[in-house]
Amino acid sequence: MTAEIGQFALILALVLAVVQTLAPLVGAWRSDPALMAVGRMASALQLLFIVVAFVSLAACYIVNDFSVALVAEHSNMAQPFIYRFGATWGSHEGSMLLWVLILAIYGAAVAVFGGSLRETLQARVLAVQGMIGAAFLGFLLFTSNPFTRLSPVPLDGAELNPVLQDPGLVFHPPVLYSGYVGLSIAFSFGVAALIEGRVDAGWARWVRPWVLAAWIFLTVGIAMGSLWAYYTLGWGGWWFWDPVENASLMPWLLATALLHSSLVLERRGALVSWTILLSILAFSLSLVGTFLVRSGVLTSVHAFALDAKRGVYILAIIAAMTGSALTLFAWRAPSLKTGSLFAPLSREYAVTLNNLFLLASAATVFLGTFYPVFMDVLHGDKISVGPPYYTATFVPIFVLLFGLVSFGPMLNWKRDDLRRLLPRLRVPAALAAAVLVVAALVFGLKHLFAAFGLALGVWLIAGAFIVLARRWRIGQVPRAEVFDLARATPLAVWGLIIAHAGLGVTTIGITSVSAWQTNKVLSMSPGQSVKLAGNTITMVALRPVTGPNYEANQAQFDVTGVFGKSTMVSERRLYPASQTTTTDAGIQPGILGNIYISVADQNPDGGVTVRMWNHPFVDWIWAGALLMAFGGAVSLADRGLRVAKLERVVLRPLAAEPVTP
Amino acid sequence: MNRLVFLAPVALFALLMGAFAAGLGRDPSKLPSTLIDKPLPAFDLPAVRAGDVGLKSTDNSGQPHLLNVFASWCVSCRYEHPVLLQLKAEGVPIDGLDWKDEPSAGQKYLVDQGDPYRLAGNDKTGRAGIDLGVAGVPETFLVDRKGRVRYKQIGPITAEDWAGTIKPLMDRLRAEG
Repeated sequence: MTAEIGQFALILALVLAVVQTLAPLVGAWRSDPALMAVGRMASALQLLFIVVAFVSLAACYIVNDFSVALVAEHSNMAQPFIYRFGATWGSHEGSMLLWVLILAIYGAAVAVFGGSLRETLQARVLAVQGMIGAAFLGFLLFTSNPFTRLSPVPLDGAELNPVLQDPGLVFHPPVLYSGYVGLSIAFSFGVAALIEGRVDAGWARWVRPWVLAAWIFLTVGIAMGSLWAYYTLGWGGWWFWDPVENASLMPWLLATALLHSSLVLERRGALVSWTILLSILAFSLSLVGTFLVRSGVLTSVHAFALDAKRGVYILAIIAAMTGSALTLFAWRAPSLKTGSLFAPLSREYAVTLNNLFLLASAATVFLGTFYPVFMDVLHGDKISVGPPYYTATFVPIFVLLFGLVSFGPMLNWKRDDLRRLLPRLRVPAALAAAVLVVAALVFGLKHLFAAFGLALGVWLIAGAFIVLARRWRIGQVPRAEVFDLARATPLAVWGLIIAHAGLGVTTIGITSVSAWQTNKVLSMSPGQSVKLAGNTITMVALRPVTGPNYEANQAQFDVTGVFGKSTMVSERRLYPASQTTTTDAGIQPGILGNIYISVADQNPDGGVTVRMWNHPFVDWIWAGALLMAFGGAVSLADRGLRVAKLERVVLRPLAAEPVTP
Repeated sequence: MNRLVFLAPVALFALLMGAFAAGLGRDPSKLPSTLIDKPLPAFDLPAVRAGDVGLKSTDNSGQPHLLNVFASWCVSCRYEHPVLLQLKAEGVPIDGLDWKDEPSAGQKYLVDQGDPYRLAGNDKTGRAGIDLGVAGVPETFLVDRKGRVRYKQIGPITAEDWAGTIKPLMDRLRAEG
């Protein structure tokens, strides 16, 4: 019964999505407020019914209703509650349901909170959003129905892939999808603006918080995925250039570009059509990511059970959405007025450079990811590119980009002077140079690249904080005035500083762990000790343990180092239902580095093969990412306050005028 | 001119869609090898292990053997590695081709993960890999006693692959004259 309720709710949601597409579109065209109101109502109702469907599926999992095929495939009696719940989105069908749920939440949010938008713009945004919803609800119902029944009903189910039985599953997909799908709002705003033929500062002011929110989710989601891979794959790698990782990185790169270019549009009315193009591309890359995982054009560790029919459907969706959006762009964008001019040395120009670098890096990743597909089609050759490709292409672009980051916020809008710009960056440059020299002396020329990486990190962090020194006019005005200026610093500036400093923190983490990680592999029995990076690691016990749905060989270690003594536990788990083994690495985190221990299967002599690593500063990678996301959140908080204040002010179109029909 | 610039995105996109549509029907894990029943292409690779002899395409003990293409940066290879070690313990001769990898990284990988290889050569430029038609790592070729490729496995060898497909083939090759 529960499954049928869910099924029926999904069908209703599809019908409502179609209504949400058509009613406001016609309403905006005929300036009919009643029809536009129908669009708002439909988006709220669509959300309601998708929530019903989602709750139904979750309920089927929680009570282990094995008459539902999906549940029988991904759950069993022994599976713990939290992973029965998490399994709701652990399969292809379930994850698509989560996808449309988040899409509907964003759509309803525009309907509810978008009251101060121009009514026709809001209606058109909702229409585009409804169209995306209809396409994906159709995809769910026609190719990937989560509620298909099974007969005869099995006594027990199979199992959720043991690798997915991890707290990571509960948080990572919802957060990441919130980012992916959040970019749909930028897409809808972009297309709506093209239909309207009108882009102004008010448009940018409205889009920017949505992009910022999506970007925060993406940042956190990617960082979580990387952390999950780090502790679950058993050897401490944190990024693999896997096609699906790339699929999340590309929208992030473009969202970052969009975040910066929409700032220019909001403040200066420039980069109008460029920003629209980015908003279309960013979401399109999210769609491409979806296509990638579910179509089977590429092999990946993330790939779901593959089905060519699904691939064709998603490809058709992408062709229709992105294709029509880009056609609309080619038709309408040339008549959008371009904004105010700026000099080659100005903050606008710095953002343009930032965008070009980000776009180039995204193109690099795109090419590397899809090269196998292109080569196959052109030559019938099967090849793939690995990390060496990305090290040679992506990394240099990013190093250059990072070198430029600190210049941006120190530039004036419109025009600036190089002779006045350079002295402003004296302090960060001196600090970075000092780090470079000291590191090169301490670690030797062999680690020159690492020394350079550390210097780059310091340059980013110092370059972020120097913004404050300039803003507060330290050393130029009396101290009392500095304090006044400090108190008046808007949250958005703090957001910028935190996010840019986060980049530096991540850079230091990546550099250190790449250059200085050490490891040991040996067979150990209880009582044996080994030295690793200044710590003495002793295996104190090795025993079998039984979990809720797995059996494990558990090793316990005492670690004695400069910071005292601690205990670590590392497990090798066997899940009997699917005959899969997984590694549950023991990790002792620290600001200066992690000790990472994974154990393999038992050796014939009674010992066990132990792999241990020292990963210096590895946590900084994720800490930096979280700082970036936090910076975004701080900036978003500022915006929320200011948007509320601005609501009573009439928004004056800054640059672009309506297209004359 | 200006108009054309705005048309560029949609034109590029159309090309991409064409490529994707053409790529859809193909199964990336099913690769025909043009090398089947042909001799290994000639290569002469430097050693992965310090002080070792390296790997030549003519290295042939007169026994059927496996040629495993791996790399230290490859995740699936780490997954496959225990199976290779097991095969080595069973006395199966395996040669290793370390593809697009620094020799030092390859050597470290073998020290860390265990070394299943009889001979191991480093193909830093990936040149030998191109001749072999390597699409991605790991890949494994079954080579008969005359040095001809008889079977190609794409992706990691699992215990089932070995028992179900490769071992029977190898036993047959051993029985062949």
